[in-house]
Amino acid sequence: MTTTRSGAAQAASLSDFMAQAIAMELEARERYEEFADAMEAHNNREVAAMFRKLATIEGKHADQMLAQMGWSELPILPRVEFEGFEGPETAPVDAVHYLMKPWHVLQLALACEQRAVRFFERLAQSANDDAVRRAALEMAEDEREHVALVRAWMQRVEPPPEGWEVDPDPPRYTD
Amino acid sequence: MSATACGTAAAPRTAAAYKSSYKPIWCPGCGDFSVLSSVTKALAALDLPPERVAVVSGIGCSSRIPAYTTCYGFHGVHGRALAAATGLKVARPDLTVIVTGGDGDGYSIGGNHFLHACRRNVDMTYVVMDNHVYGMTKGQPSPTTEPDWDSKLAPGGTGLRVFHPLVVALASGANFVARGFAGDPNGTARIIADAIRHPGFSFVEVLSPCVTFRPEQREWRGVVRPAPVEPTDDAATAARRVMTDDGFNIGVLYAGDRPAYRGYPQPARAGSADLEAEFEL
Repeated sequence: MTTTRSGAAQAASLSDFMAQAIAMELEARERYEEFADAMEAHNNREVAAMFRKLATIEGKHADQMLAQMGWSELPILPRVEFEGFEGPETAPVDAVHYLMKPWHVLQLALACEQRAVRFFERLAQSANDDAVRRAALEMAEDEREHVALVRAWMQRVEPPPEGWEVDPDPPRYTD
Repeated sequence: MSATACGTAAAPRTAAAYKSSYKPIWCPGCGDFSVLSSVTKALAALDLPPERVAVVSGIGCSSRIPAYTTCYGFHGVHGRALAAATGLKVARPDLTVIVTGGDGDGYSIGGNHFLHACRRNVDMTYVVMDNHVYGMTKGQPSPTTEPDWDSKLAPGGTGLRVFHPLVVALASGANFVARGFAGDPNGTARIIADAIRHPGFSFVEVLSPCVTFRPEQREWRGVVRPAPVEPTDDAATAARRVMTDDGFNIGVLYAGDRPAYRGYPQPARAGSADLEAEFEL
């Protein structure tokens, strides 16, 4: 999979495409796990549990795709270039705060899923191979379902109170 | 990657194989998480057995990395990571030696060791996580802090010219010089793997945002981009490029061909027959 000038990725074959799609899910899972670990270390347990859950969801999605392809493990991937530095479903490493609330977690997850929808839609538009185009459209649909799930989840979570980031005992001496 | 044994296991190791069970205690959002990930991905790409790799550090947030890997680790004295690593590599050339640290540890307290590590050109890789601040000690300006960065610890800024680590590395003789970005863990992993493979002293400066004391560094994501030029083997060309860019071009800047320092030639050890001959009457 390489990136065209318009930023849309292209895969040469269905297996190439699926391998990359699975790798994207695994990368997203790894980042959520990293966030969960960091939040546990900072005693933000509610948020840690949410990141852990998101990691599990991404991992399950990768497992489903592996099963769909009949693969026991991920094939060796060609070097991939994305529009950004990482896969569209991976949350940026600096997008978290130690006092963040569950609402922020869902905002982050929503942005990732929306990026994934756009990524697969663009890929479907630019695909030269019919099988790749169909798979990309299916993936875009999957990601749209995830967007809907995250939005439904957000209905059950209260927005953060004003001043959520205020720490009475801040780490910053400079404050 | 001279004098380094690569693994021969049937299944290549994954990055997870190089992460220890200790979880990092860095602030959530810290760039050092990504650099840890890049180091482990680089080791996996090279499929190096963890027991054949030593990660050496000094003091600071980023210097905690050795504990988070399954490799041998040495968490040393402030600013002296390169001195310890030099001794280790010269004594054990069979090991792959990676040194990790921050801008304060490497450019201030360890500034002198940095110069001479570049000059000696021992075969090891130095990864500096540069966040332009002393994070562990609550936000003092470091050698790479902008002169006008205003804080209660340096009201109005230090007014001091910033240290330019890449130019200093080039001038001092480092054999491989590159810049990475924590927001690009896969690209940084490729750079670190290249740095490990390259013989001699390899220096990789990674822009690694400190979201606690320098939250404005989150904006680096929007300005960092791949360097528009290919690496050069001419240090003067590399120095000119790096002195005229804005500090946000990433990639391999310089790859030289200076032979790595391998220690003094060892005198042939006399066998017992030689010793007996000396005392023959």
